[in-house]
Amino acid sequence: MSDVAHDAVDFAPPAEVEEMELYHPKTWIGKYVWSQDAKVIAIQYGITAILIGLVALVLSVIMRLQLGFPHTFDFIDPANYLQFVTMHGMIMVIYLLTALFLGGFGNYLIPLMVGARDMVFPYVNMISYWVYLAAVLVLVASIFVPGGSTGAGWTLYPPQAISAGTPGIDGGIILMLISLALFIIGFTMGGLNYIVTVLQARTRGMSLMRLPLTVWGIFMATVLALLAFPALFVSAIMMLLDRLLGTSFFMPAMISLGEQTSYDGGSPLLFQHLFWFFGHPEVYIVALPAFGIVSDLLSTHARKAIFGYRMMVWAIVAIGALSFVVWAHHMYVSGMNPYFGFFFATTTLIIAVPTAIKVYNWVLTLWRGNIRLNVPMLFAIGFIFTFINGGLTGLFLGNVTIDLPLSDTYFVVAHFHMVMAVSPILVVFGAIYHWYPKITGRMLNDTLGKIHFWITFLGTYAIYFPMHYLGFEGLPRRYFSYGDTEFMSASSQDLNAAITIAAIIVAFAQIFFLINLFTSYFRGKLAGPNPWEATTLEWQTADTPPKHGNFGEELPVVYRWAYDYSVPNADLDYIPQNVSPSDLKKPTAAQQGEIEN
Amino acid sequence: MTYTLIFLAILMAAVVWWLVKQTINVKPWAADSAADAVRTDGVHGLGSYVPLPNIKLGLGVFLAVVTSLFALFVSAYTIRMEYADWRPLIEPNLLWVNTGILVLSSVFLQWAWNAAKRQDRAAVKRGIIGSGICTVAFIIGQLAAWNQLSAAGHFIQSNPANGFFYLITATHALHILGGLFALGKTISRLWQHSSEMPEILLGVELCAVYWHYLLAIWLILFALMLNT
Repeated sequence: MSDVAHDAVDFAPPAEVEEMELYHPKTWIGKYVWSQDAKVIAIQYGITAILIGLVALVLSVIMRLQLGFPHTFDFIDPANYLQFVTMHGMIMVIYLLTALFLGGFGNYLIPLMVGARDMVFPYVNMISYWVYLAAVLVLVASIFVPGGSTGAGWTLYPPQAISAGTPGIDGGIILMLISLALFIIGFTMGGLNYIVTVLQARTRGMSLMRLPLTVWGIFMATVLALLAFPALFVSAIMMLLDRLLGTSFFMPAMISLGEQTSYDGGSPLLFQHLFWFFGHPEVYIVALPAFGIVSDLLSTHARKAIFGYRMMVWAIVAIGALSFVVWAHHMYVSGMNPYFGFFFATTTLIIAVPTAIKVYNWVLTLWRGNIRLNVPMLFAIGFIFTFINGGLTGLFLGNVTIDLPLSDTYFVVAHFHMVMAVSPILVVFGAIYHWYPKITGRMLNDTLGKIHFWITFLGTYAIYFPMHYLGFEGLPRRYFSYGDTEFMSASSQDLNAAITIAAIIVAFAQIFFLINLFTSYFRGKLAGPNPWEATTLEWQTADTPPKHGNFGEELPVVYRWAYDYSVPNADLDYIPQNVSPSDLKKPTAAQQGEIEN
Repeated sequence: MTYTLIFLAILMAAVVWWLVKQTINVKPWAADSAADAVRTDGVHGLGSYVPLPNIKLGLGVFLAVVTSLFALFVSAYTIRMEYADWRPLIEPNLLWVNTGILVLSSVFLQWAWNAAKRQDRAAVKRGIIGSGICTVAFIIGQLAAWNQLSAAGHFIQSNPANGFFYLITATHALHILGGLFALGKTISRLWQHSSEMPEILLGVELCAVYWHYLLAIWLILFALMLNT
């Protein structure tokens, strides 16, 4: 610790960060609708994503109603059950989680946390949101075209995705593919901004190794997304051509409904490779921002420096790089060469190493911390539990021999919901409870927040834990109803009913959250600039909520990392990043000796 | 996926190497230490430090995305080629002419770039217009090649090789058209007397890099299509 330069001279590197010329809108529409301010764009992204996410939540409740109480609800037939499954998955993964983490939190937090006035290309950033909105609208439109939305499952595997008999092959699948292509174009515009802003617009003193882990997580996730989304783009365009122009990229020669189709020589496996080449990094596109955000929440609310900051950064980078060489573990049942499967099982297990490093570091950050069990912290700790749970079942599914019998059962459903649905959503909630005071200037209600947390956290266990057992029994996923299947025990239907009841309770508990968001905006306790006593730059702005341009007259200068909590001999238990060592009381020689020991 | 993986491996190696350079031996927990120097990308003679324009880095990142896109096309094409029922592609000879035209447009832009460095405004104009004409000719040539193919009965749905040919050439042409939009903006700036030379230099430079890059992509794609 002797290297801690508490008495270093007040050195500020030269001002190579140029003051940026901001676009100043004059009208209300220019400020809040066609806005080029990253914070407004972030809120637009956030609201759109949450609204479409609520649609997906309702769809999941309808699916659960059918599974828990088959033959009870007339409005659910097998075709629209499949449509609900598909839309639920697609919306949650792409239009909610990806858009919310990168478009929402990315836009809000990157400029504020790195000390920039705005994103470097504000105009492109604005277009990014509007293209995203168009993608969402096209997606919603697909529900209303004749035949309805596609029912191909979120993986859209050909040939069934565009063959007769699958729901929504008229307009639904076409609009789905167009919507995905639009989403990717919009995201690429946003992604260019996030990368260049992090690399170019950091304020004086904000070295890469002083970035909060939130920024690292979002940054690396953006890198992954920019490189992986083209795979989805390519497969969407090729499938669109197969559907519209009759090409045979993915469609083999086959007999459909007793007739020879005009397709000849396409390869469905090629689609699977392309899709999962995007699909696996997508898991980390959602997980890495969550990792980053949760690190900051834990550190702030445990009043303790994050354990192993450099390892955390390197783990993020390692996970990002490895995530490109594991995709075929989603395809073990496609009949691959055993050596191929062995390779992918190995890489899949290797990726557990950096992930485990992160988990240990989170736990060690909590170790002997001065934990404040407020709502963001509850969600952050809840994330650790859920993520470990979902991660461990991933070790089973990553092995070919165990995956083969479990493939396409409810065990898989339980696994991916735990690891990439519930875990990131818990972080989303934690992050909203954490940053809402900065975004609106008011605190969210604590009691409502705690009710929301406990029902959501315990409820998701009631939903997904029993699914593991259903999976062991061999209950296949995506089935409309199970009838009298021999291998199913009689009690499995009772379990399904119980899961459905839990799902309904959890879905309704989200009302506490929405009410809280809405009422606190008007009647919440005033937050002040830094209610959590946090160190990062977004809490040090002149105004709360920050005005256009983020910081007042001058950009902050950064003197330290984001984790100076409970520094010995400091007046407060946190030192903001923009406080220079010379502004702190110099420790006496005796105290200095204490630090060194 | 080999080609995509090779591209990603190179890219990731570059990212990791850069990160190691930036982060090795840095003590993030130390307030106000030498870590500040890292901010200037290791340049210690701070007086000579010229920051990279945002737009240049933006183009670089965009080109990485485009590379990923084309690498995936190439991967898909080569995966498909290995199947037993692959029927080779018939390339119209016109593609050779088009390739020549595209090379020429790149040369013109390089010429304009050099002229912009010399502050020779008239030469920049000549170069950039020459490049624009060649690029439009390339697009027309590609359309003509499509016409020849379809006149010979090779439609997009005829067989997978044809499908890939139309798809890949169309994607490449769309990227060229996007470039033409940027080129048009630079041209209009060039004719406004109020615009300054450094601004024009940046515009020409970005266009030239993009053109060279799309030429390189085209040469790879063309080689791939000949190799059936």
